Order: sequence, then C-alpha cells, then structure tokens
Amino acid sequence: MTAQPSGHPSGAAGFLHRFEGLRARLPGARLGFVDALRGEAAEAFRQQGFPTRRVEAWKYTDLRPLAAAGFDEPLTAVDSAPDLPPAHGAARAVFVDGRFREDLSALDGLPYAARSLAETLPGLAGRLGGLARIDAQPMVALNTMLFEDGLVVTVPAGVAGGVLDLVSVATASERPEAFHPRHLIRLGAGASLTLIETATGPAKARYLHNPVYEIEVAAGAALTHAQLQQEGDAGFQLSTVYARVDEGGTYDNFTLNAGARLVRNEIHAILAGPKAACHMNGAQLLQDGQHADTTTVLDHAAPDCASRQTYKTVLAGRSRGVFQGKIHVHQIAQRTDGYQMNQALLLSPEAEIDSKPQLEIYADDVKCSHGATVGEIDAEQLFYLRSRGIPEARARALLVEAFLKEAIEGVQDETARGALDAAVTGWWQRQERAA
Amino acid sequence: MPAVTETIDTVQSVTEGAYKWGFETDIEMEFAPKGLNEDIVRFISRKKNEPAWLLDWRLKAFAMWQKIEEPRWPAVSYPPIDYQDAYYYAAPKQTVKPRSLDEVDPELLKTYAKLGIPLKEQAILAGVEGAGETPSEGGRMPVAVDAVFDSVSVATTFKARLEKEGIIFCSISEAVQNHPELVRQYLGTVVPQGDNFYAALNSAVFTDGSFVYIPKGVRCPMELSTYFRINAKSTGQFERTLIIADEGSTVSYLEGCTAPMRDENQLHAAVVELVALDDATIKYSTVQNWYPGDAEGRGGIYNFVTKRAQCRGRRSKVSWTQVETGSAITWKYPSCVLLGDDSVGEFYSVAITNNRQQADTGTKMIHVGKRTTSTIVSKGISAGRGQNTYRGLVRVAPTAGSARNFTQCDSLLIGDQCGAHTVPYIENRCMTAKVEHEATTSRIAEDQLFYCRQRGLSEEDAVGLIVNGFCREVLKELPMEFAVEAQKLLQISLEGSVG
Repeated sequence: MTAQPSGHPSGAAGFLHRFEGLRARLPGARLGFVDALRGEAAEAFRQQGFPTRRVEAWKYTDLRPLAAAGFDEPLTAVDSAPDLPPAHGAARAVFVDGRFREDLSALDGLPYAARSLAETLPGLAGRLGGLARIDAQPMVALNTMLFEDGLVVTVPAGVAGGVLDLVSVATASERPEAFHPRHLIRLGAGASLTLIETATGPAKARYLHNPVYEIEVAAGAALTHAQLQQEGDAGFQLSTVYARVDEGGTYDNFTLNAGARLVRNEIHAILAGPKAACHMNGAQLLQDGQHADTTTVLDHAAPDCASRQTYKTVLAGRSRGVFQGKIHVHQIAQRTDGYQMNQALLLSPEAEIDSKPQLEIYADDVKCSHGATVGEIDAEQLFYLRSRGIPEARARALLVEAFLKEAIEGVQDETARGALDAAVTGWWQRQERAA
Repeated sequence: MPAVTETIDTVQSVTEGAYKWGFETDIEMEFAPKGLNEDIVRFISRKKNEPAWLLDWRLKAFAMWQKIEEPRWPAVSYPPIDYQDAYYYAAPKQTVKPRSLDEVDPELLKTYAKLGIPLKEQAILAGVEGAGETPSEGGRMPVAVDAVFDSVSVATTFKARLEKEGIIFCSISEAVQNHPELVRQYLGTVVPQGDNFYAALNSAVFTDGSFVYIPKGVRCPMELSTYFRINAKSTGQFERTLIIADEGSTVSYLEGCTAPMRDENQLHAAVVELVALDDATIKYSTVQNWYPGDAEGRGGIYNFVTKRAQCRGRRSKVSWTQVETGSAITWKYPSCVLLGDDSVGEFYSVAITNNRQQADTGTKMIHVGKRTTSTIVSKGISAGRGQNTYRGLVRVAPTAGSARNFTQCDSLLIGDQCGAHTVPYIENRCMTAKVEHEATTSRIAEDQLFYCRQRGLSEEDAVGLIVNGFCREVLKELPMEFAVEAQKLLQISLEGSVG
C-alpha cells in the first residue's frame, strides 16, 4: 500500500485509519447509538473494503482509481464563499464540502423543519440508519462511519412543503478530500415536497462526494426528488438513496448525471404499502473520460403498487455508461404494475454502454416488463431533417434532445422539470461549443 | 408404427403427471471405482484406448478443475455435491462392440423402445444393414441416431448412408480412434478445458458423446440425433459432443435425454462444441426431459451443461433451439461466438419449471465480426414452486460494425409460489451496433382461460393450449419430428399445476 503525502495509507485502510483518529471528535461521538452505529459500519467496511468488479453489483464500475487515491477530511475555511448554483425556490440548504452552512442557507419561516444533521443528532435515534444498509453496501458503510453532517427534513402531516433546494458545493483544495453527508427526509401523511439537489465542484479538483439519503414517504405523501449531479470533472460521486413509500404515497426521482469523472448513483426504493407508486427517471450525459453508473433497485413489497422507470444515456468521446435496474416483486405484491426502459445513444466509436435490466418476480398476478435499446443516431431520422434543410449539427442536436425529452417528460413537478430541462440544454450547448 | 406416433401414444398414456421414463433397465454394467482422481482419468482413457495426447489433455483439465471454484452465482440452490461419491465410468458390459443393432443387448433396445425414440428405425435395420438406407414408411425423413447409454455410445444408425456423403457421424470415442486428426484439431477449441468448473470436469472424465463432421458443400440428407440416458445408480454422465460443419455445409442435429426415477440426485455435465466455417449452417435442437425429481423435490438430475458454438466463417449460422422440461436443476447457456463477418446466431428456448424444479438458463451472443446478427427468443414458464431464470449476455466488440441483436424474453407464471426472473446483460462497445431487448412477465389471463373453459376444455387442457400458444415462436423452430413431442411434453410437465 502506497503511503500518501499526508502520511495516511490509501484505499479502504486509509479511511479506516482516519476513522480511528477522528472517532472521538466526529459528531455524536458521545451519543451511544451514533457511536455504536459508526463502530458497526467500520467493521462492515473493514470486512468488505472497496467493492471490486468481482462483486456482481459492481461488475461494470471499477473503483480502483478511487481506492488508489488517499482522501483527507475537508479543511474548509468556515467563511469561504463559493459560487452557488441558481436557486429554484426560496428555501435553500447549502453544504460546502459536506458541511452545513447556515450563513448561505435560507431555511427560516418554513412550514416544516429543515436543519443540520450534526445539530439534531440527539433526536435521531431509531431514524438514523433505519433504512440504509451497511451490509453488502460498502459505500454506505463508509458514509455511516464518517458522516459529519447532512440535512434533516421533517414535513408534518398534511403540509405542502413547496420547493427546497439542497446545494452541495465542493471547494478547490491542494489535497484530495472526501465528505460523506447523510440526509434524512421524512414526509408525514399527505405531505408533499419538491427537493431539488444540485451538486457542483471546481474543475480539476480530486474529491469524493459520498452522500446517503434515507427517505420516508408516509401514506398519501408525495416527494419529488431531483438530483442534478454536475460535479467537477475530476471529482467522484457515489450516491446512495434509500426511499420507503407507504400506502398511496409517491416517490418521484429524477437523476441527471452530467459531471464528475466517475459517478455511481444508486437508488433503492421500497414500495411498502398498497397502491404506493414510484417513478424513476434519469439522463446520463457523458463526455470524454467520464464514467457514469445508475443502479436502481425497486422493491415491490405490497400489492397494487406501480412503478415506472425511464433512463437515457448519451455518450460522447471515450466515455462509459452503465445502467443496472432491478425490479423485485415480492410474493405478497399481487397486481404489481412495473415498467422499466433504458436506452443509450452512442455518439462516438470509443464509447461503451453496459446495461443490465433485471426482473425478479415471486408473485403471479403481475404485469412487469422492461426494455433496453442501444444504438447510434438513426440515419433515417437524420436524413429526414437534413432533407428539410436543417444543417447536420443542428439535426443531430434536435434528435439527441428529443431522445432525452422522454425521460424528462416523466417528471410531474413543473419546477423540477424546468430545472432538468435547463441542465440538459446547458450540457448540450457546452457540447456544441466544444465541437 | 412411426416413432413419432409411438411417442405420442407413450406420452398420452401418462396419467397424473408421473414421469413416464422413470424405468430402470437391468443390464450388466461395468463400473470404474467410485470417486475422482488422476487414476480414474487414466482408467477412462485406457478403457477407451486413447492416444497419449488425449490422456495428457484430460489430465491437464483435471488439474484445472481442482483449482476452479464451483460457480455459486446461478439463481439455483442445492446441497453441496460430493464429487467423490459418484461413478465416473459406467458402461453396459459387452465384450465386443456391436456392428449392428441386432447385436446390441436386447434389454438396451427395449429401453429405447420404451423411450419411444426414433431409434425405432432399428425395425428397418433389424435384418440387413442396407435395409435402413432407404427412407422409412410414409416418406418421412429418416433420422440417424447415436444413442448414449450412461457413459457409452451403443449404437449409431444409418452410418453407411451418411458415409456415402462423406459425413462422419459416430461416437466421439470412435472418432478418436478413426479420425484422430479432426478430433485433435477441434476438441477444446470452442470450450477450452478450463472454461468453467463443469467444463473442466467434463474435459477430464468425458466418456462419450457424438462426433459429427460434415464435409465441404454437403447438405446432410437427414436429421442427426443423439439420445442420452442415465441409467446406472450414482453415475454422472459426462458426454462430449463435437460438431464441425465445413464450408458451405448444412446439418440439423437433435438431442434428447431421459433418466430413471431415483430419489438421489444425479449429475449431468456435458460439453457441446459446434464449429461452423464459411457459409455453413448448424441447427442444434434439444428436447431435455431428464428426470425432474418428485413433487417434493427429491431426486432428479443436475443438468450443468456448457454448450457453445463458434461461427468462424463468413456467413456461417448457428441456431440453438431448446425445450427444457426436465432436470431438478438446469444450468445451461448455449452460446454463439460470432467471429465471421455476416455470421448469424440464434437462440430459441422454452424452459419449464414445475414442482421444485430450478432453471437458470439463457444464452450468450458475442459479436466480433462485422454485420453479425443474433436473435434471442426465450419463453420461461414457472409453475408449482419452480424458479425460472433467464440469464443472457449480448456483447458487441468494437470490431462488430453494424451488428444487430434482438432479444425477447417472456415469462409466464402459474401459481403464486413460483418465481420468474430475467437477468440480461448488454455490453456494447460499437457505435454502429443496434441492440434491442424486451422482457415481459405475466400470468395466464383469466379471460383466456374462461374463453377455453366455456368451450368445454378442461382447465388443464386450456392451460396446455395457452402455454403452447405462448411458446409457439420457439416450437415452430423445432424439426417437425420433435415439435409434436415437445408440445405434449410441455403439457405433461405442467400437470398438477392448476386446479
């Protein structure tokens, strides 16, 4: 194992080493349940280490570049004032290098509670770690071991929460930094919220953003969760979402992967009550040198639930896209309606796409299907547009846009849809300028 | 009586879904000692009078096998197998190899008669060797059969007729003796010894199997067929099949399997290698009806098979069709490596699991050559407490410009205790390739059942009819002789799953 300039060993050992040093100073160190949880997570992480490609769930994503780097905890100045992405609503929670910044946030006068995790830890016994799994999920174990902060949102029953921006900004640093925020979102019965998360970072900075979300949607509640991942081009993001949806509730997730050198976005949704619904949509827009992995696991654990998934990947340059999506229908989940589509468009002969949709079904009265397609821009469609006088570059742009639209159109919430549209258009414009 | 009719009669007489082929033939057998070690490998090789290179090849495979771990990734579960507690060589005791069927032990022939297999062609053969050289009654196309009983090939029919065309169709042991250069040139080139755990095991201890060579430009005048039967207690069957279709040739090959009822599990680990050169076509059809175990999951065959084809030439084509109704556990992925430009791979599969059967089956299509195309149609049916998994890989290399794949996987569930799973892998590194995959899971629709029932069909017949409709796309790919039998088999396999 190579020693890093900071003196720490690299890889899993490096993180474990750092944990031993920091344990007494991490938030909640004096809270028995938090410290015990961290201890268990450290043991789980010690046993598993960074997943290798021999682990089926990580077959297509190689974490060696990440494991080889030695990461330190952030040493962000408390008064740094980084550029923030545009806001989508009035309410905003800002995290700089994984730490909550009250001075940059706007959370006053909301009809629900939104606070820093580090400050609310004593009240989170039973809730923290309630959904996240540390066994067979080494990155979640790593997060549990080292989290410092996060956002805790609790929307009371019946309250319409409106739009909340969750902003994560990484700052430039001499040495690679890692931060592991833990976000807990809970919607009471019949409540609603639109959570728009934007993650950005400076160019050329090597850092790891490893967030974990524990999301509870109670009966009849509706959460829209947009994740706009626009990390810096040398950054790593490994994000894991756990969402539990009760009777008649809805969880609507949209993921945009446009930044980072390597990103893995894992979403585990459990439809735990009858007639719950889940929509997952996503777009991956990849340029030269990028690797993006979207992995979804949809558990139908109650009858009469519906799920819809549409994922689109556009690959330019020497990029690699991965989609893994599993629909698991438990025996009790009769009358399940599950649908999943993933499509990839290759714009470059050097790009690679790996796709593994998966159905695991133990109930008989179900309607489940999935589809996957991979191909280049359709020559006939291109010809159609060109024969009508549209220049080739413009015609290609139109077709790519149309390809992505299908995923964005699935997003019900207007604000979220608008944000996604803008992000996609922005990506494409940068592409065109580069070409 | 034509073989097919007989087969149908055999099948129709079945009541209560019992396994019709569960008889045991009392024949004098010769066994090698139980267990697996280098000496057994040497014993097998010596018994078969093999050249030194083949013994070395086997020993190398055995050494590899000891180092490979048994795969645990398939979605099947079974108690650990004790590889030392089985016989690796069992042969009907005969002093001289029969030259025609009437020299074969009559008990053995009775076994095949009970199976209702086209080996019934022996009626024609019974007298003179030449009598079988003309098509049998009704102008039906004759089928040449190689029958493998436990470990040893006992009879190959229509040999002379095939020889006239220059076709070699014999057991692989004979091929080792008579055509060693061909065997040595191709054996293990599609499935290398160390390919996987079971392939390595097979390479070390394979005892027989069929060998086919179709010379340049020859269209094989009849279906070639092998029947496998495991008879002896605690034996494994490790057959090895090698088919080579030289430039411009065409062959259709059928494979059928059965085993007696036993409450212990028996292992079947076969390797099938197909090589298609320029413009050659190989059609390989399987009706797998190994003993599936009883309703409680006792006994049955573990069917761990490696089947792979290489389309080495331009415009070569390999088509796999399988109807998998038997075996306690099936682990099988007939695959095509499409090396030659414009080559074609096809996979049509019906897999049924009833009671406590488990199947993890599918295919791999590896596109390397330009404009290569592949089609996958898989129909999985789960009933009782069966678990049925489709697992498939479509990989397109950067060299496979304009390659094309279409995959359709449908699952049908009958009853709420069974499972149906679909695990496709798509890996594309070629911009101009087009890959499409579709999968659906559903159950038999109430309205379809109702429609059939109100027209007087029993529930079981109605299910049979609907299932046959569900599988039609695959069944129509089977050679006619087998299609009827396969349809009946589907129905039998599902007996007891409704009502």
